[in-house]
Amino acid sequence: MSKFEALTGNAAVATAMRQINPDVVAAYPITPQTSTVQTFADFVADGLVDTEFVCVESEHSAMSACVGASAAGARVMTATAANGLALMWEILYIAASNRCPIVMSLVNRALSAPINIHCDHSDVMGIRDSGWLILFSENGQEAYDNLIQAVRIAEHPDVLLPVAICQDGFITSHALERVEIYDDADVRAFVGEYKPQWPLLDLEHPKTYGPLDFYDYYYEHKRQQVEAMEHAQRVILEVAEEFNRKFNRNYGLFEPYRLEDAEVAVIVANSTAGTARVVVDRLRDEGLKVGLLKPRVFRPFPAEELADALSHLKAVAVMDRSISFGAMDNAGPLFLELAAALALHGVQVPMADYVYGLGGRDILPHEIERVYRDALKVAETGRVERRVTYLSVRE
Amino acid sequence: MAELTEIRWHGRGGQGVVTAGKLLAETAMGTGQYFQAFPDYGPERMGAPIRAYTRLSPEPITIHSQIEEPDVVLVLDPTLLGTVPVTEGLKEDGMLLVNTSMSPAEVRQITGFRTGKVFTVDASHIAIEEMGREITNTPMLGAFARVTGFFDIDDLAEQLHAWFGKKITAEAIEANVRAMRRAAEEVMEG
Repeated sequence: MSKFEALTGNAAVATAMRQINPDVVAAYPITPQTSTVQTFADFVADGLVDTEFVCVESEHSAMSACVGASAAGARVMTATAANGLALMWEILYIAASNRCPIVMSLVNRALSAPINIHCDHSDVMGIRDSGWLILFSENGQEAYDNLIQAVRIAEHPDVLLPVAICQDGFITSHALERVEIYDDADVRAFVGEYKPQWPLLDLEHPKTYGPLDFYDYYYEHKRQQVEAMEHAQRVILEVAEEFNRKFNRNYGLFEPYRLEDAEVAVIVANSTAGTARVVVDRLRDEGLKVGLLKPRVFRPFPAEELADALSHLKAVAVMDRSISFGAMDNAGPLFLELAAALALHGVQVPMADYVYGLGGRDILPHEIERVYRDALKVAETGRVERRVTYLSVRE
Repeated sequence: MAELTEIRWHGRGGQGVVTAGKLLAETAMGTGQYFQAFPDYGPERMGAPIRAYTRLSPEPITIHSQIEEPDVVLVLDPTLLGTVPVTEGLKEDGMLLVNTSMSPAEVRQITGFRTGKVFTVDASHIAIEEMGREITNTPMLGAFARVTGFFDIDDLAEQLHAWFGKKITAEAIEANVRAMRRAAEEVMEG
C-alpha cells in the first residue's frame, strides 16, 4: 500500500534512494541539494539501506568515485547542484562515455558569479551535450517518480547511460508538499536487482574501462553513444508505461495541458509549469484558447514528437530559466532547440522566448499571463514583435 | 474551507516559525487537505526577522510562486510590529493574528490595517507560563485554528504528539498542547 507523506522535494528524493537501496552513493554537500544526502546519510547510519556511502572532498571526486563504483558493477547514485555539477563536468563526460548507468538528483541552482544559491537552469544546461539523459520534475512527487524510473532507464542494456533528474532548487526541493510514497517492496520490485553486464570485478572475464582510444576506435565509441541515445527514448516510454501501470501515474516525453484545442501555448519546465497551469485555467475561464506543454525528457530531445504536439498552434512562447550567452539572439537553450525542431519538421509557427527567474527571481502568475497575452497578440497578427524578452528584469 | 488560502508567517530565527508552517501543513494532510509549506530561504540567523509561507486548499496546489497577497498573516514576535511591514500585501478582507499583549485596536493603530479582521493573543506570556520558554509557535497555531476554524484543536493536539514524538519529553509535549489550548481560549478579536 502506498501512503501520503508531507515531504520536501529533497526528502522525497532521499526516500526514493532509500527504497532503491543503491550499492554505492558518493556525494558532496551543496545547497540546495544538501538535505538529500544528509537525510540519506541518516538512512545509512540507521541501517535502513546496505549502501556504501562514500564521503568525498569535492564533487569532482564524488563523480569519480561514482564512475569507479559503477564500472566495478555497483548500482550508483549521487546528488548535486550548480557549481557542484560544474566541478563534476570533466567526469560527467567520462561517466557517459564509459556507459556508467549512474543516477543523479540534480537540484537546479544558478551558477556563480555573483554567488547565488537560488533556482535557475543554467547548471543543467551546461551538461546538455555531455551524454547524460536529462529529465525535469515539476514537484517532489515527480522528482521521486522520475528517480525510480531513472534506475531502470539508465541500466537498460540498450541504453547504459547516466541519468540526471532535475527539480527546482528551494522552490520544490525545500517546499513541504503531499507526496505519495509507494510501498518499499513495490519500488524494490520495480527497480529489480542490478545485473551489470561488464563489471570490472568479474575477474573471470577481465575488461578495461577508459583506456587510450585514438583515431582507431574513439570515433566508433562516440557513434555507439549516439545509438544508446537513440534507444533511450523508446526505453523511457517503456519504463513509463510499466510505471504508470504499477503506480497509476501518467508519464510521457512531455505533458500537454489543455493543449488539444489551444491556439497558443507556453512551453516551460519544472515548477513554473505548475504556476502556468493556474494561469491557463484563469484565461480559459475568459474563453481564451490557451494551453501548456511541460517538457519532461530534455535529453534525448523529442524533436519530432514536440513538433507534432505543437503543429496546430498559431503562436508558441517558450520560457527559459537560463541564457545561452552569445547564441542566436542570446536566447535560452530550450527556445533554440525547440525552434530548430519545429523548423526542421516543417512546423511554421511564430515563436518568442521569455527568459525568466534567473538566480531565483520569483515568477508570478500575472507575469506568465503577460506571456500568454503577448502570444495571443502574435497569434492574431502573425508577427513576433520581440524575439527574446527578459521578464521582470531592471533594464 | 473555500478554495486556496495563503498564509504568511513573521517571526525571528529560532522561534520555530518554519516548524509552525510545517506543523500546519502536516495537520492539513491529516485532514485530507492539500498544502505547501516553504520558508523564505534567506540566511537564517538567530533573532533576525524571518518569514515562512503556507498554502492550504481542498484541491491539489500547482502554483509555485511566492505568496505576495496573503489571506492570513501571523506574527509570532511582538517586537516585529512597527519594525517589519507585516501587513504588506495582506488582502483588504484578510486576517491579521498577532502575538502581543496589546489589544486588536492598538494593533490596527500601529499597523494601519483598518479593514479585515485583527486578532491578538499574548502567546509569549502563555508560553512562558506553560512551557517556561518563549516558544510561541504552538500557542499561535492554537489561536489560528480557533479564529479560522480550519482545524479542530484536538486534531492539532494529535499532530503535535505525532510531530514531536520522541524528540522532546512527554511533559514538554503536554505543555505545548496546554499552551495551544489556552491561546485558542484567550485570543481576542477587535
